[in-house]
Amino acid sequence: MTKGQGVLGIFSYVDSTVEAIRSLKKAGYKDIKAFSPVPNHEIEEELKERESIVRFFTLTGGTLGAICGISFTVLTSLSWPIQTSAKPIVSLPPYMIIVFELTVLLGGLATLLGLLINARLRKNIPFSLYDPRFSEDKFGVLVVCKKGEVRDVEGILKSSGAEEIKFEGI
Amino acid sequence: MSQETTITYSKVNEDIIKMLDKPTVKWWALFVFDLAVLGIGLLCFLYQVYTGLGVAGYSHPVFWAVYITNFVFWVGIAHSGTLISAILFLFRAKFRMSIYRIAEAMTVFAVLTAGLFPIIHLGRPWNFYWLIPYPNQRELWVNFRSPLIWDVFAVSTYLTISSVFFFVGMIPDIAAIRDRVKEVPRKIIYTILSLGWKGSNWEWMHYTRAYLYLAAFATPLVISVHSVVSWDFAMANTPGWHTTIFAPYFVAGAIFSGLAMVITLVVPIRRIFHLEKYITISNFEAMAKMIILTSLIVSYAYGVEFFMAWYSGNPYEWEQFKYRATGDYAFFYWLMVFCNSLVPILLWFKKIRTNIKALFIISLFINIGMWFERFNIIVISLSHEFMPSTWNLYKVSLVELGITAGSFAWFFMFFLLFIKTLPAVSIAELKEILPAPVKEAKTK
Repeated sequence: MTKGQGVLGIFSYVDSTVEAIRSLKKAGYKDIKAFSPVPNHEIEEELKERESIVRFFTLTGGTLGAICGISFTVLTSLSWPIQTSAKPIVSLPPYMIIVFELTVLLGGLATLLGLLINARLRKNIPFSLYDPRFSEDKFGVLVVCKKGEVRDVEGILKSSGAEEIKFEGI
Repeated sequence: MSQETTITYSKVNEDIIKMLDKPTVKWWALFVFDLAVLGIGLLCFLYQVYTGLGVAGYSHPVFWAVYITNFVFWVGIAHSGTLISAILFLFRAKFRMSIYRIAEAMTVFAVLTAGLFPIIHLGRPWNFYWLIPYPNQRELWVNFRSPLIWDVFAVSTYLTISSVFFFVGMIPDIAAIRDRVKEVPRKIIYTILSLGWKGSNWEWMHYTRAYLYLAAFATPLVISVHSVVSWDFAMANTPGWHTTIFAPYFVAGAIFSGLAMVITLVVPIRRIFHLEKYITISNFEAMAKMIILTSLIVSYAYGVEFFMAWYSGNPYEWEQFKYRATGDYAFFYWLMVFCNSLVPILLWFKKIRTNIKALFIISLFINIGMWFERFNIIVISLSHEFMPSTWNLYKVSLVELGITAGSFAWFFMFFLLFIKTLPAVSIAELKEILPAPVKEAKTK
């Protein structure tokens, strides 16, 4: 998030929130974030963030898990070979169970890591520009703008139906 | 959930977070009683460790009995939680939203309980870590062809992934509690657990993706885990165990028993915390319908087992199944058939499956029936193997009963703590099925 002035509008209705985002975009503001108690498709559609990269974490973790599983079972069998009649030292069918479990394990843990890194640390919004009612029943629109644009942003938010406005330098 | 107009986003927060109010005297009384039973179980375990596994009632040839029965029972209970939380999420089944958190908690606590039994079952439980592959002085590695090692990987992966899924699902709700509570220690704890969640569109975007991928991982995992547990038996050539239908049979049985346990847990919670408008009769009816389906699969498996034993022409297999139905343990076999195949027929009637009391009683029968299903598979098969000279009866010991009671107390201890510390119903997902507050609707 760029340094500037944060202006937060608090709304009771989802359509007012969407309208505010639309008007702000029309006015040329780009650094806009929205808060909601539940994920909302209309807000998501309006803000059009690029696709989440958590999927690459999942894919990397899962692939790594599969490689670990196959190398772990095969290499440990070869390092202590126990010949049972004419059966192979490396018997892939039972090893596939370990490969599958490790794929899921590392894939799941990497997904959690992807969520933590991408959702929180990268785009952290200060608590001073957060309202506890966002986890209950209110919606919010946060705009980061230059100091000279604050009044204009405030006007757009109010005309769209914002019930409260908060300001904070960030 | 009821679509009454009186339910608002704010009301959902209020009602669900109210469940976390100071525990009542009844809660404390129940918790102390639970700890007392857990204490008895712990004493029995210590006595067994001190004296040896002989006190567990094992006698040749039955060396797998109540402990392994408990292991399979609790792993099975765990499965329905993942079915409701992950599989029904992928199918976008809305009725899951009010019950899935309880089901997920049940999954995590049931796996924590199940994981104790392979250790309790060991003669030297302090050496349990030998099952884990780790670099050691003798450069020995575990045998990856052994179903017991598959179990270690499957159950530990299942515990990890279901815990992650459970926790990730709760993050927005923990943030809602953080924003409401006033007391400093609770505020600090919920602030840490909420990981700084603020409900921004950026967070929701990553969150919904991550949740979807975790659900996609949990779905095949749940099927693999109980298949692996079934292979603990099916890989051996013991009559009654060595069959290819075990994996689907066990998975269906696990979902069947887990759904019954969800009903057993949800009915009292719904009544005590007045959640009738969130957990509705139609939610129970949907679960009852899944119970009917899984009961039919399980009953079909009971029949097919007999058919295969007869049609295969294998005298040992056929003798085993005749013994199950008419031998020394016939009472437990028919108890299982009664509870799992006959009692669920009542659910075909709408009047019964929409009656909460009747559902609760039926769920108890299924819990009992499914415990005995595992007991029958394990104990009867082992007591009546190939050689008539080795046939012998197994009698349960007081130590085993004490540890079994302790395991139920262990499970309920976590559950009692859960309903007073974390949101037992998903706040965010309940709101998702409510109509979003719209200004236009208000002006109309």
